[in-house]
Amino acid sequence: MRRSNVVRENLTAWIFLLPSLIFLVMFTLYPILSTFISSFYKSDLSTIEPIFIGFDNYAIMMKDEVFRKAFINNIWFTIGTVPTSVLLGLLLAILVNRTFVGKVMSRVFFFYPVVIPMVAVSFIWLFFYTPDYGMINSILKLIGFEELNLLGNSGTALLSIIIMVIWKEAGFFMIFYLAALQNIPKDLIEAARIDGASKWRQFRSVIFPLLMPTTLFSIIIATTNAFKTVDQLVVMTQGGPNNASNLLLYYIYENTFRFMDYGRAATVTVIVLMIMVSIAAIQFFAADKKIHYS
Amino acid sequence: MKRIPILLSVIVLMFGILAGCSSSTSERSNEADSNSETIDLTWYYPVNVGGTITEVIDKYAKDFNHGGIKVNGKNVTVTPVYSGNYDETMTKVQTAIKNGKSPDLSVQLSVDLFQIKNSIIPLDDFIKNDYEAQEMVGDFFPGFMKNAQTDGKTWSIPFQRSTVILYYNKDMFKEAGLDPETPPTTWEEVIEYGKKLTKKGQWGIELPATISGYWIYQALYLQNSDSNMMSDDGKEVYLNTDEAKEALQYWVDLNNKHKIMPEGVLDWSTVPTDFIEGKTAMMLTTTGNLTNVKNNANFDFGVAFLPGNKRVATPTGGGNFYIFKDTSEERQQAAFEFIKWITEPTRAAEWSMNTGYIATRQSSYETEALKEYVGAFPQAKVAMEQIEFANKEISVYEQGKIQKIIHDALQAAINGADVNETLDKAQAEAEATLKAYQ
Repeated sequence: MRRSNVVRENLTAWIFLLPSLIFLVMFTLYPILSTFISSFYKSDLSTIEPIFIGFDNYAIMMKDEVFRKAFINNIWFTIGTVPTSVLLGLLLAILVNRTFVGKVMSRVFFFYPVVIPMVAVSFIWLFFYTPDYGMINSILKLIGFEELNLLGNSGTALLSIIIMVIWKEAGFFMIFYLAALQNIPKDLIEAARIDGASKWRQFRSVIFPLLMPTTLFSIIIATTNAFKTVDQLVVMTQGGPNNASNLLLYYIYENTFRFMDYGRAATVTVIVLMIMVSIAAIQFFAADKKIHYS
Repeated sequence: MKRIPILLSVIVLMFGILAGCSSSTSERSNEADSNSETIDLTWYYPVNVGGTITEVIDKYAKDFNHGGIKVNGKNVTVTPVYSGNYDETMTKVQTAIKNGKSPDLSVQLSVDLFQIKNSIIPLDDFIKNDYEAQEMVGDFFPGFMKNAQTDGKTWSIPFQRSTVILYYNKDMFKEAGLDPETPPTTWEEVIEYGKKLTKKGQWGIELPATISGYWIYQALYLQNSDSNMMSDDGKEVYLNTDEAKEALQYWVDLNNKHKIMPEGVLDWSTVPTDFIEGKTAMMLTTTGNLTNVKNNANFDFGVAFLPGNKRVATPTGGGNFYIFKDTSEERQQAAFEFIKWITEPTRAAEWSMNTGYIATRQSSYETEALKEYVGAFPQAKVAMEQIEFANKEISVYEQGKIQKIIHDALQAAINGADVNETLDKAQAEAEATLKAYQ
């Protein structure tokens, strides 16, 4: 009787888990496995039936100039967008967490870039960055700069895209920080104040540590976004000029859908997957220990 | 014990839904075959220009389905499937073929030929025994047939075609003391006119270098050389010839040396806006922008043949009809009948007026409707007349990779890299890419 109860309980649990398990296997585990397998095959327009070539795809990738460029760009892109948009999100949250006239308006103002689709944002910014009549150039001209073709120069294309992405994402992290700020018990801050802590000290020793779970969460989201959103490249630069703004996912997209080089695309996908898993692992296992969950 | 049956039924339901997802698609394709009275064709088509194109297509399909065209005594009908832009259409067609659900026919870029050659059929057998079809093929502008033919066979039928043309702002020409009816006809004149037209806040000319920038570059290449940038069999490219280097140097010099073009890489989609906004006096872009410029420019504009150098030349562009291999002979014949129907002169004329593409058939320009349209809007005629000087658009095996190599070289040179080295490197990369086909 007892044994059958355990079996039944386990069975019930499995049955409840089954729907999500099916989807997880179908849409996550199976594609990962099949990508992994494809990365060992030569499968492009010139090979009608895929040929097994072991690690050759990986060796080719290591030598591929465009891949290396995209890889380095992606590192700069991550460094450029992650700390800045998270920090900006925190500052905005602190700014709108006080009571002042137009509080709601400014919250909406900071948050609205988040709700616009990336493709639409990219199209708007494509024209912002246009020489002559683009908004950014008009401002630059006002403060005495030369006219610049920001997206059309290797030196400025990636930076221009980074700035746009920060603008787009900061509001998203602001919302999380805002919620976290409002969850901090008032008595803790009061206690700190009675102890004579300055505003900065209050922030450093009480508020900031309590915001750490949100910070970890934001950094993970921002980092994954740095690898998984490339809509802006499709609209704005197509990775150009001469790969100056190319990123790994766009490289995968081009290899799959434009070049139909499935073997190479699978190889880069596996590499990106490895990067993502290791970043997540570092963040969860190393950073997690230092974080105080209240 | 009561709960288990409920849970089980939930599971059964889940599997039912999943199974339903997969079976509903396979049933659809059998449907047409089981009903022996009709042949229902699936037609993948892209939309690459603005306007209400889907409505026009649906109207065509409706007309055709009531037209009573028969193959082997069976009625032929067509179901148009909107498949995104050209790139997306390619993806969808490839995916469909991989999964054994090949469409019957599609409209894809004329230069996609070598990428899909394994999945399509040559059309010579249909043309050989069919007087009407021979007449049709003979009536297309010969320039548009060039990309459709290789190894002595015809692989596709022109549908929506374009070329590169020169757009210029007549008001700015007058202002600069130039005759608005004589646009530049040579490379030197472009520079000469451009210098007069350039002033603060206004540029002489713009050439886009993204999206289809390789195509604009090919126009310069053709103007500077007697031969094309690739072999007819699609297995070789010639990117670092002296003529190629001169053509690229000319492009780069428009900014560096002559200062008549903005600095840096110019975007494909912002160039027409620059022209409409009056930021540039001339631009080179596709005839496909004609309707856009016509509707949005609040000044008098002209279009003209591309200025030539050693010769006057332009590559063609745009989409053709392809018929796929993995269907029955009967369905292929039906698809061909549909192509014949939709490319009839009056329909080609109508399609041209609706989209801004060049009407593909010479006799279209003798139809009343198109005569009237061209009379009121003579700019539409220039594009047609230029077809005489049209050459094959670059079309090779590994089309995507080669296009990217050309774009990278073009953009690198615009950003200051040495033209010689850049094109030598591009040629080496292209040769490595095409090695598998030698």
